Amino acid sequence: MNFFILSIIKAAIVAFVLLTTLAYLQWIERKVIAHIQLRVGPRRVGPHGLLQPLADVIKLLTKEDMLPSHVNKVFYLLASFLAGMFALISISVIPFGTEINIGGIRTSMQLTDLNFGVLFILGLSGIGVYGVALAGWASNNKYSLLGGLRSSAQMISYELPLAMAIAAPLLMLNTLSFREVVNGQSGYYFGFLPRWTIFQGPFPQVVSFLLFVVAAFAETNRVPFDLPEAENELVAGFHTEYSSMKFAAFFMAEYANMVTVSCVATLLFLGGWLPPFPPEYGSNYVPSLIFVIGGGLALYHGINPARPFDRITLPVAGIVFLGVAAMLLVPVVAAILLPLFWFAAKVGVILFLYIWVRGTLPRFRYDQLMSFAWTVMFPVAVVNLFVTGLLVAIVSK
Amino acid sequence: MDAILFLIFAAIALGCAVNLVLQTHPIASALSLIGVMGALAALYLLLGGEFIAAAQLIVYAGAIMVLFVFVIMLLNAGAEQESRKRLAAKVLGIPLLVVLLGLVGYVLQNALLPSEGVKFGAFRHGTAQDVGRSLFTIYLLPFEVTSVLILVAILGAVILARKEID
Repeated sequence: MNFFILSIIKAAIVAFVLLTTLAYLQWIERKVIAHIQLRVGPRRVGPHGLLQPLADVIKLLTKEDMLPSHVNKVFYLLASFLAGMFALISISVIPFGTEINIGGIRTSMQLTDLNFGVLFILGLSGIGVYGVALAGWASNNKYSLLGGLRSSAQMISYELPLAMAIAAPLLMLNTLSFREVVNGQSGYYFGFLPRWTIFQGPFPQVVSFLLFVVAAFAETNRVPFDLPEAENELVAGFHTEYSSMKFAAFFMAEYANMVTVSCVATLLFLGGWLPPFPPEYGSNYVPSLIFVIGGGLALYHGINPARPFDRITLPVAGIVFLGVAAMLLVPVVAAILLPLFWFAAKVGVILFLYIWVRGTLPRFRYDQLMSFAWTVMFPVAVVNLFVTGLLVAIVSK
Repeated sequence: MDAILFLIFAAIALGCAVNLVLQTHPIASALSLIGVMGALAALYLLLGGEFIAAAQLIVYAGAIMVLFVFVIMLLNAGAEQESRKRLAAKVLGIPLLVVLLGLVGYVLQNALLPSEGVKFGAFRHGTAQDVGRSLFTIYLLPFEVTSVLILVAILGAVILARKEID
């Protein structure tokens, strides 16, 4: 029974953190893109627009729930449900940190440690396409249908290089469980270079990492591969006919897929929760240092405010940052928070890359998208897998 | 616990399979087939075939059925028309089906199944390592022959598609 209670508590925490992350990821995206385009972004609701996600959720909940008369009702409703569900399930096999010990209860920072977790994620990402495809078909609208068709074709094509890019580091690590994948990357070369798979011998997986990131952009239908919802051709693509919470499900699914894919990239290539240099060189103090610098900057700008309300908001933020910095120095708390910090930092870098690319790159043309998958990504992935396999076989002999 | 889960997923698989036949719309049938695949994957998992379960999910539910759905959507196939049936088919159809299923079940039970029942969790050789090892040692020849067969099928498909364009 203890196991059930523990699982429910962990699931509740993960669900709460994940949903909050999704809401604020959207705020961060709007802010970052605004600054890339020399705008200021959302800033009406709350200080610096920090309550904007909350306002958006209320707006989506209270909007009229329209059911267009020409749609196929069952599949129309099922599609948004499927898209949201498969996107959220994947997080259950992602480990966020090492085993922890709270009040004598030992548990791992992971909902469930499947010994074929990597395959489970691949399977879910394959099934996830039904939400989009079905939405496009059931909407009974030519723009939606084109969006759904594009999405299916694109996801089938890019799943191949994605799977092969995943296979190469797995060949070196010789496991399919995410926890073992990260454990296989612990240790350092020459005392400072981490044994993450992008640095690990016999064949550093830089090519796999690039292939994975590019294919992941396509799998999550993000710029420059967002053809399924290209607004200047297809209105809004597969979710043209969706409104209020049903639209929110698709929106949430897109961001949840982004988070999952970033987590997988972190775990497979960037060493998960392992620090980028060993604790002997002080990697345990880096998080505190970052928070102290952040808090100091916030306090400084609070004392010399550029805008009237900065006098109140920035000192509060600064004190919170300094508090977190102090907490990270307490050994008991640090044991839990340090792995989480490194994991979140690496995932955050990849998520920032997503947003950065969206603010920078134009969209592919559809034939370019397809020929890129089959004539560039796929051959490179095959060669990469062969070379990795060959070198692993030679070294293990 | 395992028995309850087995019953649940077996019921889902059977329900989806019956629904697959009864539905008149191709998309509904295809989705039912995906349900069958998913439930089968869960059953493999219960029996300890974890790699087979994942492969079932990735290959059948994730790849092959997406292509099915893709083609149905592309052709925009409508609902199937009810064809006029003969009286004999209407009257004798279901009883004959029951007899056929009963016979097949009887033969299978006598010929194939060992006398002792299946135990959940008794089979422990379903990991990717075990499957890979047996594929490249005991079953090497069937594995290679199948891959050549698939290669031939792909080449055939490419040639057929080429002719269409010219």
